[in-house]
Amino acid sequence: MGNTINAVIKKYNGDETRLMDILLDIQTELGYISDWTIEQISKALDIPAVEIIQTLSFYHFFHREPKGKYTIYLNDSVVSNFNGKDEVKKAFEEEAGIKFGQVTPDGLIGLFETSCIGMSDQEPAALINEQPFPSLTPEKAKKIIRMMKDGKSIEDIKGNKYGEGNNSHYLMRSLVNNNIQERGPVIFSDYTPGEAIKKIVKELSSTDIIEEIKKSYLRGRGGAGFPTGLKWEIARKAQGDIKYIFCNADEGEPGTFKDRVILTELPKLVFEGMVIAGYAVGAKYGILYLRNEYRYMRDYLEHVLQEMRDDGLLGKFIGGKKGFDFDIRIQCGAGAYVCGEESALIESAEGKRGEPRDRPPFPVESGYLNKPTVVNNVETFCTAVKIILYGSEWYNRMGTKESRGTKVLSVSGDCERPGIYEVEWGFSVNDILRKAGAKTHEILAVQVGGPSGSCISEKEFGRVLAYEDLATGGSLIIIGKKRNLIKDVVLNFQHFFMEESCGSCVPCRVLTVVYKKIIEKIVRGEGKSSDIENLQKWSVYMKNNRCGLGQTATNPTITAIKNFKYLFDESVKNNSESFNTSFNEDEAVKEYIEIFNKK
Amino acid sequence: MSTFVKFIIDGKICLSEEGKQLIEAAKENDIYIPTLCNYPGIPPKGSCRICTVLINNRPATACTTKVTENMDIKTSTPELEDFRKAVIELLFSEGNHFCPSCERSGNCELQALAYKYRIAVSRFPYFFPERTIESWHPKLIKDHNRCILCKRCIRGIKNNEGKTIFAYGRRGQYLEINIDPETSKNISDELAEQAMNICPVGAILVKEKGFITPIGKRKYDYNIIGSEIENQ
Amino acid sequence: MTKKKKIIATASLAGCFGCHMSFLDIDERILNLIELVEFNKSPINDIKKFTKHCDIGIIEGGCCNDENVHVLKEFRKNCDILISLGECAIMGGLPAMRNGIPLKECLEEAYINGPTVKDVNPQKIIPFDPDIPKILNKVYPCHEIVKIDYFLPGCPPRADLIWNALYALVTGNELLIPYEVFKYD
Ligand SMILES: Cc1cc2nc3c(=O)[nH]c(=O)nc-3n(C[C@H](O)[C@H](O)[C@H](O)COP(=O)(O)O)c2cc1C
Ligand code: SF4
Ligand code: SF4
Ligand code: SF4
Ligand code: FES
Ligand code: FES
Repeated sequence: MGNTINAVIKKYNGDETRLMDILLDIQTELGYISDWTIEQISKALDIPAVEIIQTLSFYHFFHREPKGKYTIYLNDSVVSNFNGKDEVKKAFEEEAGIKFGQVTPDGLIGLFETSCIGMSDQEPAALINEQPFPSLTPEKAKKIIRMMKDGKSIEDIKGNKYGEGNNSHYLMRSLVNNNIQERGPVIFSDYTPGEAIKKIVKELSSTDIIEEIKKSYLRGRGGAGFPTGLKWEIARKAQGDIKYIFCNADEGEPGTFKDRVILTELPKLVFEGMVIAGYAVGAKYGILYLRNEYRYMRDYLEHVLQEMRDDGLLGKFIGGKKGFDFDIRIQCGAGAYVCGEESALIESAEGKRGEPRDRPPFPVESGYLNKPTVVNNVETFCTAVKIILYGSEWYNRMGTKESRGTKVLSVSGDCERPGIYEVEWGFSVNDILRKAGAKTHEILAVQVGGPSGSCISEKEFGRVLAYEDLATGGSLIIIGKKRNLIKDVVLNFQHFFMEESCGSCVPCRVLTVVYKKIIEKIVRGEGKSSDIENLQKWSVYMKNNRCGLGQTATNPTITAIKNFKYLFDESVKNNSESFNTSFNEDEAVKEYIEIFNKK
Repeated sequence: MSTFVKFIIDGKICLSEEGKQLIEAAKENDIYIPTLCNYPGIPPKGSCRICTVLINNRPATACTTKVTENMDIKTSTPELEDFRKAVIELLFSEGNHFCPSCERSGNCELQALAYKYRIAVSRFPYFFPERTIESWHPKLIKDHNRCILCKRCIRGIKNNEGKTIFAYGRRGQYLEINIDPETSKNISDELAEQAMNICPVGAILVKEKGFITPIGKRKYDYNIIGSEIENQ
Repeated sequence: MTKKKKIIATASLAGCFGCHMSFLDIDERILNLIELVEFNKSPINDIKKFTKHCDIGIIEGGCCNDENVHVLKEFRKNCDILISLGECAIMGGLPAMRNGIPLKECLEEAYINGPTVKDVNPQKIIPFDPDIPKILNKVYPCHEIVKIDYFLPGCPPRADLIWNALYALVTGNELLIPYEVFKYD
């Protein structure tokens, strides 16, 4: 054990900023990270044990106790629940003989829940020893447990019905399907790796690239919509020899899975975009921050990087040009939605807990290891490559005035064709519903942009997807009339934010709990109309939180109240303000009576 | 030589060195901005959010903001004051604050702010979380019931080798402060005392100390927090 | 024209009676108060049952057993305005320090293991009888059970705070809360 630990630490040159990798590798080897292990790491890196625990205990995929030879993480996302998660959960529990949150006494199987793993188009899904198992049924769940009891390997349990495209690549062998329902003219159009690099090497300077991107009006696809050209320009002008390019593949917003598909099918397009950004900004290092849920792609992606190095598209003298050096490493996360926030992402890549930084300074001025750092979304890099290849004029012919080009949408929920749609900006919600085969008269609501976005009703289905109207990072969850909106959607999302708050800011840390509790109370039928008023009123406090997570963490509730007030009113209408219905005397004395009944 | 800049706080024209922390710059101009996680002399980390002000009409935390020429700052709109009250109430709801039995009562910054705003009760439900009191350390007691997770101890206290003693554990509602048994092993009495004093509340106590000042003589018995700045 | 006197009721739930004592600490002002108000159900005059509807109900202490809950609900029904007086009523106060400890442990400490009972309860009896109030799983602030209109903090609340508040409430004058009387301890 000691040898394993030392070998891992040596692999990362005893560099404490690589603590995430060190912990991930050790956990892969030893199954979990014990107090003894922490002590060894502490000694080897010469940092206090509390600092290691500070990082380790922040991420929900790190375990300090054994978590089973087979570790099952069942997805607790909204769509997973729509599609029968409860039955699957029950099947796992019955067959394994334990409850979720437990490990079998023989240490064989551990059952855990986790928030959205980026498989909303094929729910219910679970991660088992980091391998995705999509489209689960109770029967499949039982079979999986039985095979575990028979000591079968994960590969055996997976079987060989791999998903389409690169999912079947020998280094991935994943059961995941891409579900690309519509290929658009930018991301999913023809692509020959290296062409854009060839072009810039031949004819473009770094400022030419930035000008072209600026002229395209490309805005970041990670949600905030910051102009990409401007970001690159600021980073280019920032002081310092060492600069970094980060690709944000943390994709944690429930209901979003487009980056999963892009990375599976077009990894070279993503990496080429990073190379171009490096050229434009003057950076020699790139980091792909890959969420732990997508770690199953890692070997495959490493292989792709090696191919690019072999082809002269990465490494030294890229495209044969002297001084054009750029290389990429993959940094895996360990389970924390907030790490998608760019400064938390950087902290995490530095081996720390994923707590967002105060701004200013912004990452473009002082980011990774305090050097100027560009963080862009997967899709943003892909788009940049195509703009460099075909020009900003070509790009500007698509989309709307404020939103040029296309957007890759993740569509899931109550519809016939969940999956990925690359469409020009400017389509209405109704258009997308039609494409996805959702029957409008059966639809209650659409959650646009994930939990941090908004829950809209039929009245707004005519609205247009674009920065000037309904801005979105690209996810639509379709919610049918058969669903209980408050329980199935709002409560789930508030639970999500409560679990994912980093805890630093007081309003975010505490109000996310308050909101969850009050929604729960309303779901139990114990809410009062003053509860609804308070939920609406208190959300202003969230605007003063440090990062986007806290600033939007009450959106599930307030947008649902705004558009579905009648559902909330209905659930509280019988309850008086004078007496608190949530206090249940029988419940409150139960513990006391039980003490004596047992005797 | 440092340059001086002119800026406006609540309509009053102020002067200070360029780049100075807004909390300090305001203080120089006799204006008090409530703080909790900020502590003079240690790097700020805007986590409590109570010092939120409007800078050119956008919210920002004063402890992480540096003053620049012509900044227009508002510190006390009704919305901001209501927000501050909410922050204090959230902290009371989240922890277990039984002031009548607390060693820090009367000298506690959280309580003092609650007095300033005349907060009689939290508008939010009380959580009554299950939290522990740690007393394994030879010199220190860590009462998790009262910790407001401001990070002042993490940022401000290092042992004589410059090593961290306090650090965060977990996240969100389970966020907590851990003490390192190794790096805290041989801390001096002075450092232990410093740790107690850097904590704004009664979450770090030095063993066998407490209730030293009688009621009536305590820091905030008669003096409103911040009044020493405003009444210059 | 003489104004109708306001009718006040008071109760002590899971409290130490300190708040009531502090109430009496308003000293000679109690005579002024008697001019303005009339007391109904209250331990001060030992009236045990509501005999009429009251204007103001003053509650000391939170709820630690089912009887507290019944009394509190009765107050809500019989009073227009309810005041939580003191930390115990407001947020559970010192009794609520048991909220983090399992009830069973609390009872065992109180009746079997505690230093003052250890040797005097050889049969290890914890009282349980249909006639004695049932203990709640935790101590509840009053406003988590019924609606409370005003809160007067302190442990106990300073007499001046109680006087100022009652005077303002009864006369309709503005309520003054000087800094020194607004305390949690
Ligand atoms: C809580 C939170 C989570 C985020 N998650 C992601 C994410 O998964 N992927 C992403 O690209 N951007 C995410 N962002 C936005 C990033 O902070 C950042 O704006 C983005 O990566 C910049 O890239 P872009 O300009 O290409 O959009 C998140 C932001 C917040 C506040
Ligand atoms: S808003 Fe929430 S997630 Fe963001 S920094 Fe603050 S506490 Fe952390
Ligand atoms: S820390 Fe402050 S607020 Fe908390 S109990 Fe002690 S005195 Fe009261
Ligand atoms: S122990 Fe004190 S200083 Fe440290 S985080 Fe808690 S409240 Fe702040
Ligand atoms: S004092 Fe500024 S955020 Fe806490
Ligand atoms: S009994 Fe009065 S404050 Fe507790």
